[in-house]
Formats: sequence, structure tokens, C-alpha cells
Amino acid sequence: MPSTQDWINAPLAVVEEMFAASQNNSNSGWETKAVEFFQDQLKERDTHTLVPSLNDVPLHYLKPNSLVKFRCLIQDMFDPEFYMGVYETVAPSTKTKMLRCGKYKDVTECGVDFNSRNTVTAERQTFYCVPIPGENPWVKERYAGSSQARVVPSTSYAPSRQKRSYEEDDDMDTQPQKQREPHAGPHSPSEHHGNGDCKRQETEAPSSQTASASHLDLNFPLPGEKGPSCLVKVYEDWDRFKLNDTLEVYGILSVSPALSALADEKDASSSLLDPAESMETAEEQRVHSPPASLVPRLHMLHAKPLPHNNPLLPSAALEDNSAFLSSTLSEMASVREEILSYFTHVLLGDALAAEYLILHLISNVYSRRDVLPLGKFTLNLSGCPTVASYTERFYQIIQQLVPSSHYLAMSLQNMNQMRLVPKKDYVANRLVSGALQLARNTSLFLDETQLEQGQLDTTGVRNVTALGNLISWQKVDYDFNYHQMEFPCNINVLIASEGRSLLPSDCQIHLQPQVAPSHLEESLSSIHMHLQASSQLNKFRIYLSMARLLDYSISDEVTKSVEDDFVDMRKDDPQSISAEDLHRMLVVARLLSLSLGQTSLSRDSWLRAKHIEMLRRSRMEQHKCVNGNEP
Amino acid sequence: MSSPTSTPGGRKRGRNTNPPTPSSEDPTSPPSQRRRGQDSSTGDLMPMPTSPATDMLSPAAPQDTSLFSSPRPSVQPNEVDMSSPLMYGTPSSRVEGTPRSGVRGTPARQRPDLGSVRKAPQVDLHSEPPSTDGAVASEPNAGQRLVIWGTDVNVGTCKEKFQRFLQRFTDPNSTEDENAGLDLNEPLYMQKLEEISVVGDPVLNVNCWHVQSFDAELYRQLICYPQEVIPTFDMAVNELFFERFPDSILEYQIQVRPYNALKTRNMRSLNPEDIDQLITISGMVIRTSQLIPEMQEGFFQCQVCAYSTRVEVDRGRIAEPAVCRNCNNTHSLALVHNRSVFSDKQMIKVQESPEDMPAGQTPHTTVVYAHNDLVDKVQPGDRVNITGIYRAVPMRVNPRQNNVKSVYKTHIDAIHFRKTDEKRLHGLDEEAEQKLFTEDRVQTLKELAAKPDVYERLSSALAPSIYEHEDIKKGILLQLFGGTRKDFSQTGRGNFRAEVNILLCGDPGTSKSQLLQYVYNLVPRGQYTSGKGSSAVGLTAYVMKDPETRQLVLQTGALVLSDNGICCIDEFDKMSDNTRSVLHEVMEQQTLSIAKAGIICQLNARTAVLAAANPVESQWNPKKTTIENIQLPHTLLSRFDLIFLMLDPQDEAYDRRLAHHLVSLYYQSEEQMEEEFLDMAVLKDYIAYARTYISPRLSEEASQALIEAYVDMRKIGSGRGMVSAYPRQLESLIRLAEAHAKVRFSEKVESIDVEEAKRLHREALKQSATDPRTGFVDISILTTGMSATARKRKEEVAQALKKLIQAKGKTPAMKYQQLLDDLRGQSETAITKELFDEALRALADEDYLTVTGKTVRLLA
Repeated sequence: MPSTQDWINAPLAVVEEMFAASQNNSNSGWETKAVEFFQDQLKERDTHTLVPSLNDVPLHYLKPNSLVKFRCLIQDMFDPEFYMGVYETVAPSTKTKMLRCGKYKDVTECGVDFNSRNTVTAERQTFYCVPIPGENPWVKERYAGSSQARVVPSTSYAPSRQKRSYEEDDDMDTQPQKQREPHAGPHSPSEHHGNGDCKRQETEAPSSQTASASHLDLNFPLPGEKGPSCLVKVYEDWDRFKLNDTLEVYGILSVSPALSALADEKDASSSLLDPAESMETAEEQRVHSPPASLVPRLHMLHAKPLPHNNPLLPSAALEDNSAFLSSTLSEMASVREEILSYFTHVLLGDALAAEYLILHLISNVYSRRDVLPLGKFTLNLSGCPTVASYTERFYQIIQQLVPSSHYLAMSLQNMNQMRLVPKKDYVANRLVSGALQLARNTSLFLDETQLEQGQLDTTGVRNVTALGNLISWQKVDYDFNYHQMEFPCNINVLIASEGRSLLPSDCQIHLQPQVAPSHLEESLSSIHMHLQASSQLNKFRIYLSMARLLDYSISDEVTKSVEDDFVDMRKDDPQSISAEDLHRMLVVARLLSLSLGQTSLSRDSWLRAKHIEMLRRSRMEQHKCVNGNEP
Repeated sequence: MSSPTSTPGGRKRGRNTNPPTPSSEDPTSPPSQRRRGQDSSTGDLMPMPTSPATDMLSPAAPQDTSLFSSPRPSVQPNEVDMSSPLMYGTPSSRVEGTPRSGVRGTPARQRPDLGSVRKAPQVDLHSEPPSTDGAVASEPNAGQRLVIWGTDVNVGTCKEKFQRFLQRFTDPNSTEDENAGLDLNEPLYMQKLEEISVVGDPVLNVNCWHVQSFDAELYRQLICYPQEVIPTFDMAVNELFFERFPDSILEYQIQVRPYNALKTRNMRSLNPEDIDQLITISGMVIRTSQLIPEMQEGFFQCQVCAYSTRVEVDRGRIAEPAVCRNCNNTHSLALVHNRSVFSDKQMIKVQESPEDMPAGQTPHTTVVYAHNDLVDKVQPGDRVNITGIYRAVPMRVNPRQNNVKSVYKTHIDAIHFRKTDEKRLHGLDEEAEQKLFTEDRVQTLKELAAKPDVYERLSSALAPSIYEHEDIKKGILLQLFGGTRKDFSQTGRGNFRAEVNILLCGDPGTSKSQLLQYVYNLVPRGQYTSGKGSSAVGLTAYVMKDPETRQLVLQTGALVLSDNGICCIDEFDKMSDNTRSVLHEVMEQQTLSIAKAGIICQLNARTAVLAAANPVESQWNPKKTTIENIQLPHTLLSRFDLIFLMLDPQDEAYDRRLAHHLVSLYYQSEEQMEEEFLDMAVLKDYIAYARTYISPRLSEEASQALIEAYVDMRKIGSGRGMVSAYPRQLESLIRLAEAHAKVRFSEKVESIDVEEAKRLHREALKQSATDPRTGFVDISILTTGMSATARKRKEEVAQALKKLIQAKGKTPAMKYQQLLDDLRGQSETAITKELFDEALRALADEDYLTVTGKTVRLLA
């Protein structure tokens, strides 16, 4: 059995060993064995933390052809490609033939015998993956902090340098991500060289990276994102992956410079020689074979779908981790109190709005009935003060609590210019991403207070329609030029507005600040000071992610009483409650139970849900009256 | 070891009496390298040797080979049996004509589609002894089992089989439009050959399905070794053709284009096993490249002695001759572009059609190369079935490195295109576009259809998340199936609308939009628009400049795009009048006339409209008629077959069921729900199957029932002097009855279908056309926008007013308010101001009086 270091540092050797062993007996199924081997290795306790992650280790620190992991979202799926699974090489000097394995590799050895009968053509699929869009800094830090792989030397061949890497990596860990953030993405690696060793061989690489990055769009869904994107080659049942899935991919890193098809010197000469290659447009080549230094290739050995992206929660399924589950469940009610009082403070003393905010943050589309998504809970928080950039502060607080989020200012300019819906670019043959290509359970914060008077142009109208569709049906229609394709999504949309939002929402609540207008400024500025201790923050983070993952059911008796309630309410005043209201109340009751850590609806929770709904409605009535009296 | 060319098998049908060529003559040309090299221009340029004596001067003389850096097949032309398939198309067959009389004078044309890029290994037959399975010309085997290297194709047998196929194959049950006008009981392809001789278009399209039903073995060979078999077919067909029609003149020899390979594949299921096989895939063209001239043959001229030579392209390369054979100077030869031979080539990108795609994945694309006359046959946006050979070529990372990327580039060399959405020439419109159902599937569907409650089952499977509204769901179900399309254009009536239009109106929040969304997701050609957001152009068509070609192109809107589908229009009432007016034509004539920017045309828009409208006062006012509630022009309303009201019923039992339904929606797991209802996919297939294959006709009994129903409907109103049905209602009834028969998979409309149609129609009418004043169903509400009682009332008021004025005697002018008060005082029923105004207007129309401002003047 190979040692730990072996399978992490030289996974290809493991694969090749198995391949060689299989040559003697055919039908040995070495391929499944190889995959199983790595899966078993990774299953073992904490071994996965030993594997360096592309997310937090700069690419040039990683050893080529070593095992790495990458937390990512499938942004685009390219066409499947055929490769030489097994091929034969002829040594030029000795003329000896040798069978080689082409799996998990991009480039063949020298001297391939194309006419060999032993060549096996196999198929693999390529996914274009980007880091999870909108992932918040605390998640990144936490993941990087828990990794035990930081001691991985950048290159294996000079032990003296290993020491340097230790230092640097430690350095990096002590510097929170935030410090690096103000700089533009591609610059950060070179910055490390500044305090590192200038004589390093790799110094050239980052500088060329920055140069080439300028003309290469890495196609991140959100503007201002950074991090590596990756071409992931998938060898086994790629049908189970869907666009926008979030995965943790374990694979073999390949950064062979030979892959950069975009070498400038070869356009005129090669096109003459190889007519097949010149058929691709320059854009297409640029997109499909970007320089490996910028977009590394990752040959997938194992992929773990991420049901959540909260590093504080155990990565295994909740059912398997009953100890953790029971301990958090018992705490949930008390944490809920704390978080409620915190939100009440943030929402200027409005406890009801704070209650609804909790419900919104733990909402989740858990099922779809034909076209109807169930469980979504879009909240429109109207009446937000426009002073002292309240909404931005509010967003910063949410950012601290949820794993991924995005702030979208609905300014006229943004709406008219931003690309929200992904669009297929047929020239480059790729899906150009848009801001609505988000991973599941991302919090999308729409700031409508930024909206000013003006006219929406065609793009603007289309963008607003896309947002409306997202909210009502939890789907985004991707633009494929000749037709549209519908992709279901699961995004929590929070709309902050002054009056009622122009977008649809499941629930609108008007903020009623409990502070006098004269003190408003003051208390607004105090909000930020109130940031909690990190242990408390972590509690909140766990709470919000946990509540979303819980199961939920309604017992028959409660069903009965809910039905009775509905009939009674209708009897009193049919206008007061419609089917839609019942829909909403059922969602509220569900979320309320979950927020208390209860996995089934109790009579109490139902009454409580009814109560807060009633409070909210009366507040809306009241607000309507106030507005009605105004001239 | 002998070259295949000399074997008896190849010589069998040859008329050339030359002795067999010595085996050593063609050492470097493996059979797999055959290529059609014939080109007319070369024949003109270079007089061909007529006897072996001139061979030494011929450029194709054997000793030349040594001077070329690449193996160059060279065979002395006249000594070779030209009819041998194995010589077929080698570069040296550049002979003007063949010894045989018929084919003489008709040059063959290169088929780059079969061999422009080859992956097949080139094996030197001398260095590598043929392995047993390689089955190279096996001389010991009595010379009869000659097969092409690497395959099991025996050229002779294959040719014979194909000729037999051409001569004998008939398909009496053919429904293909290609065969329209042919005598189906005569051999099909012989008639096509005759057509070729008349038309002079030397392309023979062969349906692979025919080949398979005729000779499965031949079909297998065609699929597995298209590159070898198709040239053999070509030869066979040419021989046959020139035997039959010795005098006909063709531009070049006939080329066989097989299509509809049964192994039709989804682009997604292509895998390495398909490489170099004949495949048919369907997809949508997304991009076409410019025309690429691809060199087939390079023309080199020596700079020193002006001696010229030609080199064929070999696997995408031209081997430049290093030494001039005439003057022995090295590196003196230069390429002369003008005299080289090029063929047309085009790169086409094809994308999976949206229907074939699994959810949550992005569509795949494939590169297709079209050659010669297939270039520019398709445009971006076309849906095509492509038959071609799947190829894979290894990629080189850097031309100067010997290292290769371990990836192949794949593409398809197109042999045949068939557009699927093209208006095919002979009737049989797109509904015949076959959605292939497997036997099992058809069986399940038929079983389902045989159930007595299939209608109820299907309607409850429709949008299960929406509660109750059974009749509305049934109506929509019938809309999904549609009536039978009838063509009365001969009698001047034009097409008869087969699509059922439905309008849903009702209180907001009664899940109308959800129903629309569901339907939109269910039908393959559905379009969803909102009346608020769509303009007339968005619905019809607009002209825009194509960014690539800079030509004006017609971009079709939602109505045209949903041809043969359903166009769902939400917020129908919020649509501007301008936009709504385009619907008039679409909803009855099913066409769309456009006159824009110099483009005048009529497009088909055979779409069913499913619209949803909200009442003007946001809440439905039961005291008003439908027209008054939704404020839509009655001209439009009468075009809807069914108008349903979706109202909140407000009764306790209903509430209870609704609550139960909703609550269970929230806690049942997915599996539980699936058990309860029919799968959406089954429903989809069921509808598609019925729409494609079932076209019910009225039975005698049913037509009687329809007549009765219509007469009854007319009678209802006649008692009160009202008309309660118009021919349009009869048409609706027929459509609904037909749709119901389709639901049952019945080819005949029977009386139960009529009964259901009547019931549904009555239900809808009861809801929408009930006069709130009288409580009677009154169709004139929908057809004239006003109920008969209302009209009667108007007349009465006008008469009363006239009497009042006459009673006042000779007063030329009166105060408006005064008159109104007087009338109110006189009349026993309440007179509203509107009613009064209307009465005044009616009298003004009679030229009895005029109204100017606040005074009413009598006209003399």
C-alpha cells in the first residue's frame, strides 16, 4: 500500500502501478479499483484536510500532478472529448514498444505510435468550474484555517525552499484574507513574492499571469470575484452532475505548459499544417484551452457534492452525525433568542421584522410540484431608512452570517447594464455567466433603495423580468440565442426597499423603527459597533445553516386542525384569507418550527405562525391607511 | 504477395482485356487509401498516355514514387482494370473516361466527405504481414473471398447486392414525401435513376431503412464501413445507370448519399465506438463558417525547367516534392495555386436540440464539415438530421513538437442533410415529424387509452398542484389535443381551425398564471408571454439586421414560434389594443400577415391560444357581464371556444378540501406524490402520440348529435327573441368533440364525445355568458358585447325619451339635466346617466335631435 504522501503527492504513480498490474490479467477493472482506492483514502478521518486546496493555496505553490481539492460551482459544461485511454509508445532508440495509460493526463509521452492496434479511445467530459460565487470571506478563512495541508512545498525538487514555503504559508494564514482582498486578484500571488524569495524560479510565472489575465475573461458569475477557475475532466458518470452544482472535487492537478493553445507564435504556421485545428475560432481556443497557469486542469478522481457550504458544520450528512445533531438541536431555541435580539437591534428595535428575517434566512426550496417551488420565502423589507447607508450595513451583517451572499444594488445603471442572465456565446462556444448564476442557498440582497427615477431600457426590462421570474418560480431562463433553457435555482432573495417593492415577493413587512427619527443616525452608526464575539457569530452561523438542513413533517392531527382553522377563518370573512394566504402561512409555520429546532409542526407553532402573520397583516393595513391619508 | 488490384475478384466484371498487372507494381498503395481522384480539369491539362509505351513520359510512371517524400500511389493507368473497385479513385485513375462506353465522358467527382481526413493507419503491406483478421486479399482462398483491407466487405458481392437492391426494392407503403409522384409498386430507386437521367442532378439519396429491410448484412456493412462501401455503391449505381441510360449526360458521376441510418443517435450518446461509422444525428445549426477552399491536389512547377507535377492531399497534408524529376534540381518546385485543385468545405456547428437534453445540463455541440454541394445547404437556426461519418483526429499541441495532446478532435463529415422544419414539398406537414416512440411506450400509452376513465385521469394529472377546477383542466386537456385539421381550401373556405382557444378570467390569485406556466412547460412548442410586457411585434414578427450577414432578416415572435403549439398569454387584459388586434387574424385564420421593411409575407401561426385575464375592478363583479368585467372587445372574445371563470367559490366544503390539498402539498414527499398522479412525461408522450397519429372523423351518429345540439342551442334563445348560438359555436363543438375522441385514441368521433363537448361548452357558457340581469345564458354577450335584454332596455328608454320630448311639444332646445330629471320622474325603473346618454345617442342616430354641450336640440 502506498503511503499517505504518495497518494497525495504522486497519485499518478498509484494509478500507473495499478494500470501496469492490470496488464497481466485482462478485465481486472483497474479503473474502478483506482477510483475506489482514492475514495477509501479520503474517507479516512481527516485525510481530506491533508489535501491542499486550490481555493486557498496559490497555484504556483502546488506541485503539478499532485492530488488537490477544489471547492467549486459547475459554471459551464463543454463538449465531451475523446482521448487516448491506452496507447503505445515506441522508443526512438531501442524501438521497444510500451503500453501506457492516458487516463488522468493531458499530454502523452513522446513517440506515440498512432497505428498501434492497442490504442484504446475513451471518452471524458470537461466542466468549467469557478469558485463558489459570493462565498463570504469568513468561509474562505475558515476553510483555509482548517486545512492541514499548508506545509505542502511548492516544488518538490529543492528541499531548502520547502522551509521558505512554510514561512510564507504561515504568513499567509496569519494575514486574514481581507488584507489581500483590496488588491486585484491576479496581483496577490506576486505580492507574496515581494516578501518571499526573489530568486525563485517561479517569479516569472506570476507576472506573466497578470499580463495574460487581462485579455482572458475567467467568466465568474459575479463581478469582482477572484480565485482560480478550473477545467475539471470527469471520467465517470458525468450525467449525475448538473450545471450550478457545488462540489468539492478531488483530482490530479495538471498545469503542463504545453496545454496553452494560445501561444501566440503558433497561429499562422500551425493553421497551415493542421487544418483541423484552425477550424476553431481564436475565441473558442482561448476559452477552451486557456493557459494552464491561469486555468489549471483537474482530473477528477472523486467529487463530493456539497449540501451546504458552511465550514463550521461537519461535512458528512447530518444523519450520520447524530451527536452533533442532537447537541445543536437542543441549543437551537436558545440561540434563536440570541439571534432574535441581535436582529431586533440591527432592525432598529423591530422584533417582528427580526422574526421574519430569521425565517427568510433559513428558507430553502425543498421540493417542486410541477412548476411550483415549495418552501421559498422571499422577503420584502420595506420602509428601510435611506440615511447613513443603512442597507449596506445591513448587508454586511448578513454577509457575516451566511456562507455565500451577493449584494445587488438595483440602481438604474446597474439594471440597464448588468448581465444577470447567463447567455450562450456561440462564437466562443461557452456560456457567458451572469449574476443570477448562483449556487443553491445563496443570499441575494436586492437593494431597491438605490433605485432612482429614469427609464429602463430593453436590457433593464429583461433584467427586471428575470428577477421577477427568479422570485416567483425560482428559475432562470438562460439565453441560448435560438431558444431559452430553464434552469431551476434555489436562491434566497431579500429585497430592501422604501415603499412596496416593484418586484413580487412572498411576504412584505414594513419596518417600524423603535427609535425616534432624531436618534436614527446615531443608532445606525452604533449597529456596526455591535458586532459580536466570534464564538457567538459562529453559533449564529451554525444555527442558520442547520435549520435549513432539518427534515420536517406535519402530523395528521395538526393537518386536521390547520384545515379547520382555515375553514373557520374563511367562514368569518372569505375576503380575509385566500388560498395564497394559506400557502404563505404554511411556509411560515414550517420555517417557524424549523427555527425552533422542531422537526414537525405543533399546534403551538401553528398558532404562533398565525399570530405573527396577523401582526404583519395588520401592520400592512395600518401602513396602507397612513399612505392613503397622505395627499 | 499480391496487390488486390490483380486478383480475379476485382476483375470479374471488367471488360479490360489487359493482363493482370504484376503484383509488385503498386507496392505503396494500401487499399484503404482509395480515393476518388478523378477531376475533369486534369484530364484536359494532361493528355493521358494511351499505351504502355508512353509510360516513361507519364508523370504517373512508377519510378516517380521514389522522388516523393510521401508514398504516392502510382499505377500505370491503362494496365489497370479500371472497373475494379480497388482502383477506384486512386490518383492515377486520372484517365479520361473508362474503357466502358457508358461511363466514358462522365468524370467522377471527388468525395471529400468520404476521405478528406483519414485516421486509418497506413500500413506498408510489405513490412507488416497481414494478420489473419486483417483479411487482406486472400489469394490462397481460391481468389474468391477478396475483401477490402480491415473490413469484411467483398467489393464484388457488395456491388451486386446493391444493384439488386436498386433494381428490386419497392416500398408500397411509403409515405415519404420524397417518393411522392412515384409509382410505389415499381422499383423505387430505378424510378429515381430515371429522374436523375431527366433532371441531370447526379445525386441518389438512399434511405438506409430501405437497405436494411432489403438486406440486413449490406446495411451492417454500410454502417460499419461507410468509407469503403459508399464508393462501391457509387460504382454500382453508375454502372447500372449508364447501362440503362447510355445516352444521358451528367455533369459528373452519380454519388450515392445514404440517409436515415437507423442507428440514429442523440448527440449525447455518441461515443468512441461510433468513430468512422455512418451515423445520423439530429440537432440545430448554430453557426456556419465561411466557405473554405480545401486543396485536393497541389500543382507544383519547377522553377528551373518549368516541369510540372501534381501531388494529392494525403490526410490533410501535401508532400512537397523535394527533387524535380525532370532536371534533378533539388527544392526547385513551387506551388502554383491557380492550377491546384480545391474543393469547397464549410464548417458547421450543430447543437443538440433542446428536446433531447436532460434537465440541468447544457447542450452539446458537434462540428460538421460539409463538402462540395452540401456547402451552404443549411443556415443557422435550421433543425437538421445529418447523416455522415464520425471522425476523430489526434490533436497536436505544437506543430514543432512531437508531443501530442492525448485528446482527439471529433467531427462529422456530412454526407446528407435533411432539414426537419423545412416546409416539405408535398403536404404532410410537420405533425408528421416523427417523435419516435418505442414499442413499449406505445403499448403503455394504448393501455392507458383503453381505460374507461382515461379522460378523468389525464385531466387530474394536469397541473396536480392546482386544486379542483376540473372543468377548466378538462378544457385545457382538450386544447392540448386539439381538433382534426381539415383543409377546405379547394372549396374556398381555406383551412379550418383545429386549435381550441381558451380564455381564463377570474379573481387574482386563483392560480391562473400557474396553470399557464404548467401548460407552457408541458408542450414542446409552448410560448409564454405576458400581455403587459409584449408588444405587437413581439407577438408577430419583426425585421432586424443580422449582425453577421448585415441583411434584413425576419425575426419571428411568440405566436409564430408556437406554430403547432400553444401560446400562453398572461394578463391578456393588460395588452394594448394595438397588440390585441393582431390576434384577430391568428385566432381564426391561423395565419399572420406581415408587411414590414419590404418584406410582405404570410406566416403560419397555427397556434392555440391560452389566455388569462383579470377583471378590470381587480375583483370579479358578479353583477356585470363577462365583457363588462374584463373589458375586452367582443370580436376577440367570440374567437375563444371556451371561456372559463376562475372564481373563489366560497363554500365550506370547498374550503376544507382546498385546505387539505394545500397542507398535503407541503408535507408529502415526492415519491408519495408521484404515486398519486400520472407522470408528466407520460402525459407528454400521450399527447404527442395522439396529436401525431390520431385524426378522428365524425361518425354519422355524432354528426346527428352535433346538429341536434346546435339546433337546441338556437332554440333556447329563440323563445325570448334572442340568438343563443352562432355557427362559430358549432365549430367549437366539433373541435371539442374531436379532441375528446383523440383523448380516447379513437379514430371516430362518437356520440359520447359530442356529449362531453356539449357539457363542457355549456359549463363554460354558463359561467361566462350568463346575463346577470336575467340569469339566462345569452351568447350575444360574447358575440355582440351586450346582452339581448340590455339592448332591449336601451331601445325602451330611447322610445320613452322620444315620447317625453314629443309630449313637451314644440320646444327646439332643452336643458340636458332637466330632461334627465323629467325622464327619471316618469320612468318606474331607475335610469342611470349612462342609460340616458345612450338613449340620447340612439335618438341622435335617428337624426331626431343633436346634443351640444348641455343643451339638447331637436332637428326639424
